[in-house]
Order: sequence, then C-alpha cells, then structure tokens
Amino acid sequence: MKIHEYQAKEFFKRYGIPIPEGAPALDYEEALRISDSIGSLPVVVKAQIHAGGRGKGGGVKLAHSLDEVRGVISQILGMKLITHQTGKEGKIVNKLLIEQGVKIKKELYLSIIPDRETAKIVIIASEAGGMDIEEVALNTPDKIIKSYISPLIGIEAFNCREIGFGLNLSPSCMKQMSSILTNLYRLFIDYDCSLIEINPLIITDTDSLVALDAKINFDDNALFRHKDLFNYRDIDEEEPLEVEASKYNLNYIKMDGNVGNMVNGAGLAMATMDIIKLAGASPANFLDVGGGASAEMVENGFKIILSDKNVKGIFINIFGGILRCDVLAKGLVQAAKNIKLNLPVVIRMEGTNVEEGRTILRESDLNLISALDLQDAVQKVAEIVK
Amino acid sequence: MSIFVDKYTRVLVQGITGKEGQFHTRQCVTYGTKVVAGVTPGKGGQEIEGIPVFNTVKSAAFETGANCSLVFVPPAFAKDAIIEAIEANIPLVVAITEGIPVLDMMKIKNYLKGKQTRLIGPNCPGIITPGECKVGIMPGIIHKEGGPIGVVSRSGTLTYEVVHQLTKQGIGQTTCIGIGGDPVNGTNFIDCLDAFEKDPATKGIVMVGEIGGSAEEEAAQFIKDSVTKPIVGFIAGITAPPGRRMGHAGAIISGNSGTASAKISAMKQAGIHVCENLGILGEFCSKVLL
Repeated sequence: MKIHEYQAKEFFKRYGIPIPEGAPALDYEEALRISDSIGSLPVVVKAQIHAGGRGKGGGVKLAHSLDEVRGVISQILGMKLITHQTGKEGKIVNKLLIEQGVKIKKELYLSIIPDRETAKIVIIASEAGGMDIEEVALNTPDKIIKSYISPLIGIEAFNCREIGFGLNLSPSCMKQMSSILTNLYRLFIDYDCSLIEINPLIITDTDSLVALDAKINFDDNALFRHKDLFNYRDIDEEEPLEVEASKYNLNYIKMDGNVGNMVNGAGLAMATMDIIKLAGASPANFLDVGGGASAEMVENGFKIILSDKNVKGIFINIFGGILRCDVLAKGLVQAAKNIKLNLPVVIRMEGTNVEEGRTILRESDLNLISALDLQDAVQKVAEIVK
Repeated sequence: MSIFVDKYTRVLVQGITGKEGQFHTRQCVTYGTKVVAGVTPGKGGQEIEGIPVFNTVKSAAFETGANCSLVFVPPAFAKDAIIEAIEANIPLVVAITEGIPVLDMMKIKNYLKGKQTRLIGPNCPGIITPGECKVGIMPGIIHKEGGPIGVVSRSGTLTYEVVHQLTKQGIGQTTCIGIGGDPVNGTNFIDCLDAFEKDPATKGIVMVGEIGGSAEEEAAQFIKDSVTKPIVGFIAGITAPPGRRMGHAGAIISGNSGTASAKISAMKQAGIHVCENLGILGEFCSKVLL
C-alpha cells in the first residue's frame, strides 16, 4: 500500500524525523493560507500523487514572491501530471503540499527496505542524493552504502556508524543521522513498512539534516494488524477497475491489450499472459481468481473483464485441483447467462472432473469455445482478436 | 528414491480443525499420506477423521512420532505456529499459509539458522513424492510415480500445469516441491537443486521461476558450479509491468532487478534449457531431459 508524501511526513513528524514546515491543501484558498502562515519566502509547492518523478514532470515548484506563489499554486492544482511512473495518461493533481523553502548545502539519499536475499532489513544511503537511485547504483555502485539489520536484534549503533562514516558526515550531522536512523527503523517495524525512502535528505546551510521528501510503502500482508492505515488509502490514486476487483477479493491488474483473461493462481496467470503475447496477441489484464476459485468469483471476474472496453475476446485458463472442473463449468455457464455475455470466450480447463466439465460447456447454448490444451486455446483466442 | 518426503514421513497438521486443514487432511490421507496427528490449541483430545488432535506440537510429536508438520494456520498466527514447530525440532515444516507479513517471515528465516528444521514455503502448494506421500494441497491425480524428473517451483497451479504436461508425456516425477511465492521463504531453489543432484533416482530437473528477486540468478550460478544433471527452466512474467505485485507477494519487478529477461539469460548462461512457451513444455522436456 502506498501513501502520499504529506501523509508520510505526518509519520515522520510523529517519529521525530525533521521535516520542513508545511501542510497539505485541497484548494487554492487553503494553499494560499498555508503559504501565508509559513511566513517566509521562498515556499515550495508540491503536487501530491503516488507516482515518482514529480519534479521532472513539473509538479514541484519553488516560488520566491507572493505573485509567484499564486501562479504556481493555480498552475499545479488540477494539472495533468505526467511522469515516467504515471503512464502517458498522467494523473490529475487534486492535492498540494505547501512547504517552507530550505537552503540546501548537500543532498543525500536514504532508504530502508527488507532484503529478500538475506532476510534482513537493509539501510541504503548515498552521497548522490536527489538523483534517480537506480541510475546511481548502475553507474557508480561505489557511491551506494548499505548496512544490514537483523530483525531479531534490531538496529545497533554500528549500523548508524556504517552509514554516517560512509556518507562522510561531520560529527554534528552524524549525531542527527543516528537519531533519524533509529527513529526510522522504529517506524519501519511498528508499521510493517516495505519501503521508507527519503530522496533527498538534505544538509542545510546551518548543518541540519532535514527530510525534504518522504515516501512510505506498507506490506499489504500486514495491513490486518494496522487498521489505522485504512484512513490513509487514497482511492483516487488507484485504477478504478482494480479497486472494484479488490472488493471481490480478486487479484486484478489492468494492462493495455485486448485479450481479457481469467486464471486460477498467480504463477499460471502470469504465464498465461506471456503465452498470449507469444501467440501474437496482447493481454488486457492480469486476473488471478485464486487457487480455489468459486463460481461467484468467476462471475465477478467476468464483470471486471467486461468493464474494460478494449477487450475483444476472453481466455479462461483454469487448472482444477481443489476446484472441480464440473463445478467451474456450471459456474461459468451461469455467470455468462447472468451477465449476458456477448464476447467470444475460449475456455481451457484441466484437472479434476475435466470430462464432466467439458460436457457441461458443450451442452450449453453459449458462445463458449472449448480448447484441448493450452497451446490450442491460446491460438484460438489469438485468431479471434486478430 | 525422492527428496525430503517419502513413505516413512509421518505428518502432523497444524490447524487441522479449520476448514482448509480438515479438507486437505482428508485429501492427503486418501492419497496415502501417513497423517498421524493434528494440532489445534484448545481442541486437544478431539479426533478429526480418526486422527488425534493435540494442544501443542511438542505433545503431538512426542505421542505420535510425527516428523513433518503441514501448516494451515491463518497469517496472523502463522509465525507462532511455525516457531512452535521449529522449537519442537520437527525436521520438516511445510507452510501452505498465504499472506504472512514479510517481517514475520524475516524473523522466522533468521531464527531457523542452526536449527534442525527445514521449512518449505510459505504461500506454497507443498511437496509430493508421487505414489508415496503428499504433504500439501496439490491434486495428487496429475502426478506419475517412479521418476525420473524432479520439479521445483515458486508457483502453485503453474506447477500443476507443468507436472500435468510431464505426466501426459509419460514422464514420472521423483519429488515435486513448491517453494512458495513470497519474497522470503524457508527452502530455496538451491536447497532443492542440491538435493535433487544428490538423489540417485532423479535424472533431470524442471525448475519453474517467476519475476521478482534474484533467486533464479543465484540458482543459475549454483547450477553452473555444482549440478551435473540436465535442467529445463521456465520463467513466468515476461509481460508483467514493473512495480506491480503480480498476485504473489514476491512477484514484483523493482527498478532493473527481478525481470524475466535477466533471469532467462542467467539460466541460459548456466546451461539450463530454457523453455519459453509453456504450451509445449512437456514435449520440450521429453526432448532434452530423457
């Protein structure tokens, strides 16, 4: 789960991590009021969308006079912001963060993530702050410093020293860094974060460390023990069809092809998308109805797929294990009738009671095309959407 | 021969009284697995399908000689259940549970070091030695006993697809293991490859990976250095968009790492026969593995 920068900064404030003075705003008047209350210039106006690359896309601007403040606010609020992470359709900016401008002496990079290979929590830092960290890691890997924390032990002073010395910090900054790291780690553990990133963490002209940016992602698997995080979810930032699918416990991701597909199991769903591509067509989505999909889930899956107007044909690939093919076939036929399905559907079923399932499909008077195996199915569906 | 489980494996089921636990216990027993005990705290003394239920893993193992635990406990209590099994020195723990928080799994993984327990999963279909023992939720019927191929995979139904195609080609399996789709898991590709390499009955291996992390790249390096048996590889997620979690918590491309193409090229460099079309994987295996 992702949250906005201004929300991440709320967490930072609560955990004693220094941030610039500022507040979020939903409209022009409120933005101006906040700018006034900061009481000094310049101020920074920052678009609040979940995607990264906001600065490059024109969603972050510095204003040096009152006129500029007004201009920049009306320019960014409501704009369609396109960054490398939003896709070409961009995102409309509905929220701003207004902050005091800070004098920057140096920009650092800092993040905390779980490292899947070592099963430890790793702090990543760099003197090359304010830049795309993946490029830094690729081009100048020696500028990346890492320190590993055992989740059974927690953060120790040496972790802070490794980072502080690695960044060539002054003794005063070193002390501030230790406190920032210790507090960030506490936040990371308290809320089951999957990422905390500050880019840049700056050293000001008075040698203070300040988090100019803030990004926090949370582990979706752990949301059950952080009910308070539900208030931080911003539905506007999510794909509407994905929000709809999540209500039915369906795992749906929208893509831009025209073959809608429904599969049980995540690995098989990914492989099904791949094989659609290999057959010369293009998947419209990823949809995993779960290893033990029910007839009701299949019906909801149909509804979601059909809401995507790009879809020209549907491919259903089910490997019945626990889910019996005859039960699935009955569900499919029922669902197709209920929603008045009018697109061609290729069905490939395998596994428990497959013969009974195929008979049910054959005897229905629906436009359902049965396939012998995966290869046969994908060729049929590719032919249909051609 | 086989790896990790065989006809002598004695299984206890943690979470046996739940809906999932009960259903799959019955399926395992029908397949011929020796399920000797169940554990559900507070329900000790009951019986499920004639199998005695205990309050603690230690007492269940002590009374019944169970040497393997199958875990169906829900995510919120899974860490507790797995640690309890490790503390009871159960040699093999197979965790089916999907949705365990990453932080919990990291703690378990670190705690496992130096212990006698091997953990398979979580978020996996389990492990089966066809004809001998099924510890998991996979449909037994699609498997063919007698080897000579070992299967290891990060996925569930995708593994069934692969196994089904092998069986249709008349190719049997020694053991099939799902190591799970989570970013942090107990047993990895390398552990399984190493065991298959040492198992005389296994003559070839099918390895099924997917996007996210670098487990396949590390496995490829290990294969280059230490595996002599022929291997067929498959990677799911060539069309997956970066930054999105594709169903499995571990299946996410972050920046430039975890992509299918990087994995495929590492596997090819290690001499693995990479099959890029799932539709013909069975035929492909019969050509290069036999």
